[in-house]
Amino acid sequence: MKEEFRSWIMGESDPMEELLDFSQENDLNREERRKLTVEKLRVLQEDPDEQQKVARVRGRFTRFYYLVAVLSCVFLSCVLLFSISMLPQYGEENPRTTEVKDRYIEKGVEETGAVNVVSGMILDYRAFDTLGESHVLFTALICVMILLRIDRKNQRTGYEDYYTIRSDVYYDLSKDSILCTMSRVLLPAIVLYGIYILLNGQNSPGGGFSAGAVLGAGMILFSAAFGMQTADRFFTMKACKVTIFVSLAFYSFAKGYVFFMGANGFENHIPKGTPGAILSGGMILPLDIAVGCVVSVTMFGFYSLFRRGSIGMDVDYAHYSSKPGKAKGGRQV
Amino acid sequence: MNIIWNFPLLTIVLSLFSGPLCMMLSAKAAKNYTIAYESLLVGMTGCVLGYTLKTGTAFTYTMGEFPAPWGNEIRAGCLEALIALLFSVVLLCSVTAGYHFVRKDIDDSKINLYFSLLNLLTAALMALTWTNDVFTGYVFLEILTLVSCGILIVREIGRTTLAAVRYMILNLMGSGMFLMSVVLLYDISGHLLMVPMRQSLAQIAQDPASIPAISMAVGIMTIGIAIKSGLFPFYFWMPDTYGRATPTSGAVLSSLVSKAYIFLLFKIFYRAVGIDVIRKTPILQILFVLGICGMIVGSVSALRASNINRMIAFSSAAQIGYIYMGIGIGTVAGFAAALFQIFAHALTKSLLFVTSPYLAQVSGDSLKFKALQGSAQRDPLAGRMFTVGALSMIGIPIFAGFSAKLMFGQAVVLGGVKWKTLVVLAALGISSVLNAIYFIRTLIRIFFEPDSQGKTSKRARPVRDKSRRGYLLAGMVLTILNMFLGLFSWVISDVIYRGLGMFL
Repeated sequence: MKEEFRSWIMGESDPMEELLDFSQENDLNREERRKLTVEKLRVLQEDPDEQQKVARVRGRFTRFYYLVAVLSCVFLSCVLLFSISMLPQYGEENPRTTEVKDRYIEKGVEETGAVNVVSGMILDYRAFDTLGESHVLFTALICVMILLRIDRKNQRTGYEDYYTIRSDVYYDLSKDSILCTMSRVLLPAIVLYGIYILLNGQNSPGGGFSAGAVLGAGMILFSAAFGMQTADRFFTMKACKVTIFVSLAFYSFAKGYVFFMGANGFENHIPKGTPGAILSGGMILPLDIAVGCVVSVTMFGFYSLFRRGSIGMDVDYAHYSSKPGKAKGGRQV
Repeated sequence: MNIIWNFPLLTIVLSLFSGPLCMMLSAKAAKNYTIAYESLLVGMTGCVLGYTLKTGTAFTYTMGEFPAPWGNEIRAGCLEALIALLFSVVLLCSVTAGYHFVRKDIDDSKINLYFSLLNLLTAALMALTWTNDVFTGYVFLEILTLVSCGILIVREIGRTTLAAVRYMILNLMGSGMFLMSVVLLYDISGHLLMVPMRQSLAQIAQDPASIPAISMAVGIMTIGIAIKSGLFPFYFWMPDTYGRATPTSGAVLSSLVSKAYIFLLFKIFYRAVGIDVIRKTPILQILFVLGICGMIVGSVSALRASNINRMIAFSSAAQIGYIYMGIGIGTVAGFAAALFQIFAHALTKSLLFVTSPYLAQVSGDSLKFKALQGSAQRDPLAGRMFTVGALSMIGIPIFAGFSAKLMFGQAVVLGGVKWKTLVVLAALGISSVLNAIYFIRTLIRIFFEPDSQGKTSKRARPVRDKSRRGYLLAGMVLTILNMFLGLFSWVISDVIYRGLGMFL
């Protein structure tokens, strides 16, 4: 007992060794463990008894898993339905609980200058939430860039050449005459429509988020129909970064200014305009444009990153290629 | 209107602006900018704390020209200011101390993106601390969710991606539950701002028929936050998430992100729903029981770990359990003890997470206990820092962990329900003993080399470059703050009580 305790303290033995631990990425014994796994797999493939045993355990687990999943979903649904049944009735008038929406509906146009009450609400009354919301998209773009943009760590040797660069040649849809012709007809309409809902967000349903989605879809269609190389001419990594930075910085500072002036009780000197005109709603139009830029660029960025691991030709694929004879050392962005 | 009133707004907007800015900068510039900015943040939050302590009142700051029930607002009392100060200090220390490993773990072309994420994380932490609006809480919760996955996958080894996927699925489930609950609460009360919501709910809760709906809404929200912060039984994602991320991320995730979620829950209990309404529901009792389970189960899991980072991560699960137990006690003293535990744990855990990779560095880059033997002799500085963290975790006097445990004990002995007193004292005792077992075992292992074999005595030296000075400085700051919390705990607990006084 004493000897065991001593060896445990000194780390010579560990009764709990490997009980819960998963492999460590820098482990020295990685090769050995891999061999063990291969050996286990070989035994499994050759031994029918072992296979049956594994199949049985797996089947039991799967059944248990489905049962628990279904039961918990049913339970949660019942709980939610039960609590919904106890919510206030639809259309019930309680002055305490409806004062917020009443004010938005009754005085929204007058106070924000926007005919579209939703725009007035998200970009004026509750602009702070939308300030955060526009940065959610930016955060998502950064995460996708970290995950998918090709670098020394996430390259799979000999894999990029085939699936990314050459995909533009192999799967180049720009030779497809139906897609090309249709895009020529559709693209102007899509872009015009996007710009229309972008500029008219304060007067009718629309605004930055939806317009950005339409414009982003238009850009994706453009690059699919006319090839990534064509899109690269105007949409590079730098253009993407600058657009996002300028839009978000403008957004932060414009809203920071409004918050600052409002809280300190100063006049903020932003004209509200005539409700219904294009130039109305105070800061709503410029903010919508900023959000629209961020959303469209982010959407196209997602598409480009998922398709070939870069935005524009900012990654020197040859540099990461495993093929012999390619030039070493590439430019960095 | 004082100039300091604008500081909470500035901390949020400038952090949001720093995110895109760091994307434009080079890696080195982004790092220098982030450190400079975090220092500015420490100054600003310190000013707010000083101001609120001096005036003795909290102030609300209208975001825009529309007043309370219609527009957003943020609110700063000395409790919020203290939490914000803690967040900014720990952020600054983690970034400074872990920069060596940031450069090692992250591809050069992505370091600026990493700092961009850290700045967005700062913005989300600040907004969650200052906000006075439930829906703003949700928006920044979403940013925090995405950012915490981002700073995890940035290491780009297979396991972090796997851990991030699991973390994200659980986290999104938590966010979804939070959003559902916000919708239900808005439907019941008609408000999103916390104070009007509480007034509205207080009136509605007089009718006992409405209690089930309210408790359902708050319960869903509590489960969501519990998943996100890693309360038992949702703690199993912790070791992979905290232990495999780059040290700065591990420190930030374990000591700040989970605390920001808990502070938001705390705010909702106290300010948005009202503690009187919460007491009519069984939520506090459930949290109490789960917290106690977490304390024990987390410690037992830590005991079984064979890798130092897994051990530290599982001990986080135990410490989160302490916090929920404090909330579950239900008295003001219990809440204060839980808040103190937030401080103690944030300062200690960040120190441990930035220290363990330095120990691993002199042990052939392995985090296994076997390899770590004698590593404190090879890197004495890291050994000392680890000792401070470990002693604080166990709860040795003069360190912060001791004061936190003492406050929990006082909270139950000096008031509160009878059965809880005994349970809390027993759980504190058991958990402390378990903590002591695995931390002292680790200390013995890292300080003494086995004398038998000669093969472990290869004297690897720590890498001495410029970033080591940053580690020394940050480690010193964390140690001093830790001992300050341990020796002068009444200073912090006084501020916490005053903050709770002006919290509503």
